[in-house]
Amino acid sequence: MNDMTPITTLKDWETDQEVRWCPGCGDYAILKAVQRTLPTLGSDPANTVFVSGIGCSSRFPYYIESYGFHTIHGRAPAFATGIKLANPDLDIWLVTGDGDGLSIGGNHLMHVLRRNVNMQIMLFNNEIYGLTKGQYSPTSREGTKSPSTPLGSVDHPARPCAFALGAGARFVARGFDVSKNLPDVLTAAHAHKGAAFVEIFQNCVVYNKDVFDDFAKPKGAEDRQLWLENGVPMLFAGGTRGIALDRATLRLDVVDVVDGDWQAAGVIVHDVTNRAVAHMLVEMPFGPFPMALGVLYDDPRPTFEEGVIADRARSVAGKEPNLAKLLGSGQTWTVDEREGHPA
Amino acid sequence: MATKAVENTGGEAQTHDAAPEAVVVRFAGDSGDGMQLTGGQFTLSTALAGNDLATFPDFPAEIRAPQGTLFGVSAFQINFGSHQIDTAGDAPDVLVAMNPAALKVNLGAVKPGGLVIADTGEFTKRNLEKAKYAANPLEDGSLAKWDVLAFDISALTVEAVKPFGLGNKDALRCKNMWTLGLALWMFGRPRKPIHDWLRAKFKGKPELAEANIAALDAGHAYGETAELSGPLHQYTLEPVPTAPGLYRTITGAEAVSLGLVAGAQLLGLPLFFGGYPITPASAILHHLVRLKEFDVTTFQAEDEIAAVCAAIGASYAGSLGVTSSSGPGIALKGEAMGLAIMTELPLVIVNSQRGGPSTGLPTKTEQSDLYQAVYGRNGDAPMPVLAARSPSDAFEVAIEACRIAVQYMTPVMLLTDGYIANAAEPWLVPDPAAFKPMPAQFLAEKNATDADGNGELLPYKRDAKGARPWIKPGTPGLMHRIGGIEKAIDTGHLDYSPGNHQSMTDARRDKVLGVDVPDQEVCLGGAGGRLAVVGWGSTYGPIHQAVLRARRHGMDVSHIHVRHIWPMPANLGELLRGFDKVLVPEMNTGQFKTVLRDQFLVDAQPLTKVSGQPFQIAELEAAIATYFDARAEDAGGQEIEPNEQQLPSVKAVNP
Repeated sequence: MNDMTPITTLKDWETDQEVRWCPGCGDYAILKAVQRTLPTLGSDPANTVFVSGIGCSSRFPYYIESYGFHTIHGRAPAFATGIKLANPDLDIWLVTGDGDGLSIGGNHLMHVLRRNVNMQIMLFNNEIYGLTKGQYSPTSREGTKSPSTPLGSVDHPARPCAFALGAGARFVARGFDVSKNLPDVLTAAHAHKGAAFVEIFQNCVVYNKDVFDDFAKPKGAEDRQLWLENGVPMLFAGGTRGIALDRATLRLDVVDVVDGDWQAAGVIVHDVTNRAVAHMLVEMPFGPFPMALGVLYDDPRPTFEEGVIADRARSVAGKEPNLAKLLGSGQTWTVDEREGHPA
Repeated sequence: MATKAVENTGGEAQTHDAAPEAVVVRFAGDSGDGMQLTGGQFTLSTALAGNDLATFPDFPAEIRAPQGTLFGVSAFQINFGSHQIDTAGDAPDVLVAMNPAALKVNLGAVKPGGLVIADTGEFTKRNLEKAKYAANPLEDGSLAKWDVLAFDISALTVEAVKPFGLGNKDALRCKNMWTLGLALWMFGRPRKPIHDWLRAKFKGKPELAEANIAALDAGHAYGETAELSGPLHQYTLEPVPTAPGLYRTITGAEAVSLGLVAGAQLLGLPLFFGGYPITPASAILHHLVRLKEFDVTTFQAEDEIAAVCAAIGASYAGSLGVTSSSGPGIALKGEAMGLAIMTELPLVIVNSQRGGPSTGLPTKTEQSDLYQAVYGRNGDAPMPVLAARSPSDAFEVAIEACRIAVQYMTPVMLLTDGYIANAAEPWLVPDPAAFKPMPAQFLAEKNATDADGNGELLPYKRDAKGARPWIKPGTPGLMHRIGGIEKAIDTGHLDYSPGNHQSMTDARRDKVLGVDVPDQEVCLGGAGGRLAVVGWGSTYGPIHQAVLRARRHGMDVSHIHVRHIWPMPANLGELLRGFDKVLVPEMNTGQFKTVLRDQFLVDAQPLTKVSGQPFQIAELEAAIATYFDARAEDAGGQEIEPNEQQLPSVKAVNP
């Protein structure tokens, strides 16, 4: 959609609006990562639209110097779909959160992924409702104490990437706010033609502080993060450990790699088009396993707007937009000038 | 009613009383018997014969109700004649009953002395039981006050289609065409258009086409033969003198769809329609999906909310966004409508009203969403509201809705109802060249200059009408952000400050109140006097006829019918104050009455009916007469009871 020649700099994507997130909020880092990425994509601010729902994350469009539409809670995918159908040339970034995208807007998120409308969908997952002051969210871990769950939440959390894949997404990726790799993940999402789903773990310093530290903090990150790369073996911990597939139980295992011989250890090579393995990666529990990050799945298929355009071409073939003819269509009769009666 | 031109000829002096030149026919059968199809084709042949007409299709909410049951009865009523017809008619002259259940639920409506045609082949013990008949009414003398023509239509149909080798079930499916053939004979209608239609309908299955044609012809021939010895006779109705021109029949759903397309074309805009299936609004989606050559995009969304949100997104991107639904769906769209009001984007919302609240009466008509349309959103959220009064009127009203939406950058609600959506009437096809193009304007460059003399974009700078500019994403140099949080004057930046919210609330209100609405005209009667009957929407037909009759009896009564529900015509208050009494008939519990009282402090009196049935002329005549009987105590404030004679039949709904 855009060639990769930068026509802008980071500064061109900053608005004159004062950014109003809490000091230390992970959203600042994500904003910078996006503003840093956009010039490298060759994006044109006039042709770029940021669409969001409601929540802390959804303030995002106000801080990006492009077209922006801050809509209503959970419905951003529906607005974005209308925008894309009305003008398929626009480059759309959708910004949502765990509450906006998976609770009130779960239905729309499912359908925008299923239809495969070409856009980048960034779901900022902080596992909490921030803007409404700290209630537990659909991604909060069991036992999360919050104003609405003083003894700890009892419901099972949703897994955003598993949801996306289950809904039929053709691109699923993961990153986190302060990761230096986030621009690469966003670049891959932009390169994917279709609905590209990116879960971005985001630190809510006020209501759910450092909840991702167990894998995101720099110290020991190597042991806890599995950065996936297409065609590359799934190794972490400095190449000393890897992910293998137990062919008898069809389950993933963590295996030790001795002397770099990952093949001997049975470590599998990441194939971004392997949907079955993608399902396992998005469900891989953190703790026994490292956190799978990067592009988990990427296998494009025709987009919704392409289908709509093709359908239009089929249905208008041989038809003229003649309004007079349309109004006078169906079974008609003519009343005679003199008689005032049907001819 | 047919057309404006017809209304002119239908003035008081020329219109006949008692209407011997009009006939009301009701076709009734099981929901699988094809009665709506029969009615539809009979309507077409009636229109082709030059009679004016109005129809009332009535069908059960169940798709395939159990066969032979009272609640599975589907009916189609048509009123046609050699003078102006405004309603689907009060009591039928002719009832065609395809089974005992259809007879049971419709018989009470038939005029004494009217003709009842029944298919004896369906009057089996089992079907009589299903219809809760203890004895066969065709044999027990209970139909004495009507002319009854009972014969085995089923057997005659099977016989007629024998040469085509259909199975018994398929053969019996041709019964409705046999019945139509008989009806065509009774009213002297040509068969050829129906032959042509059948051949086109069954293009891939010529044997089905020919079998149906044989059934149709057999029914027609039966009429000729039976005439010699029985109650069956032919009716002759002269064509109505009408304005010259090209005519077609049109339903409200078709008229809305064509009006939306015409409106978008006149504005020079692509039309984007976001919809979600709901009765009775889905027909608009079905029509528009076939009109893509007019730059129409249709989107069947995952829900009502997504449908309106996608339409708003499309408007934001430079198309004319439209969504449509019925009451429950409109309720779901409420929050998004508020966003369209806040972001000041064009949007047309069509509400085909049905009985409520909640799921209510999905297939029946009502006007009870008026409060919802005018007031039903959070915050001070003003929105223009228009109401169509008939199927053909819906065309013009849809164009008007598109115009207001774009010229004032606002969502607009267009109210129709189940009756308007489904009913058909003749329509004098307008010439599109007669409509003035009204090209939409998009901002192409910055619209202000800042203190330093540099160009500045002010997305909320208002024009003389109070409308902000329409700025399409993709336009170089005009990047800006909009959303649902209160906007600062001119710049559109987030602004929660008290003074700003007051100013912006006022600006949104004043913009809508300033919409150029034509002055209210009086449809019938003087601009002042003893009584004004004020209506809106689909009550036009019965009110018009009732006022016409009352005036013929010397009563000083006028008919005023309001299209612009919000904002109302500037002269309406003054006009109403010119009458001693104001009566407002509505198919709700008095919603427009309340709005009129609120806006103009007039003592508007309600006349309400919420049985899911349209008003009958006689009911309105009786209500009008109470103002002229020299007894003050019985006038106004009335509620009309469910009507045994009317569709939907009381018995069918509640056996």
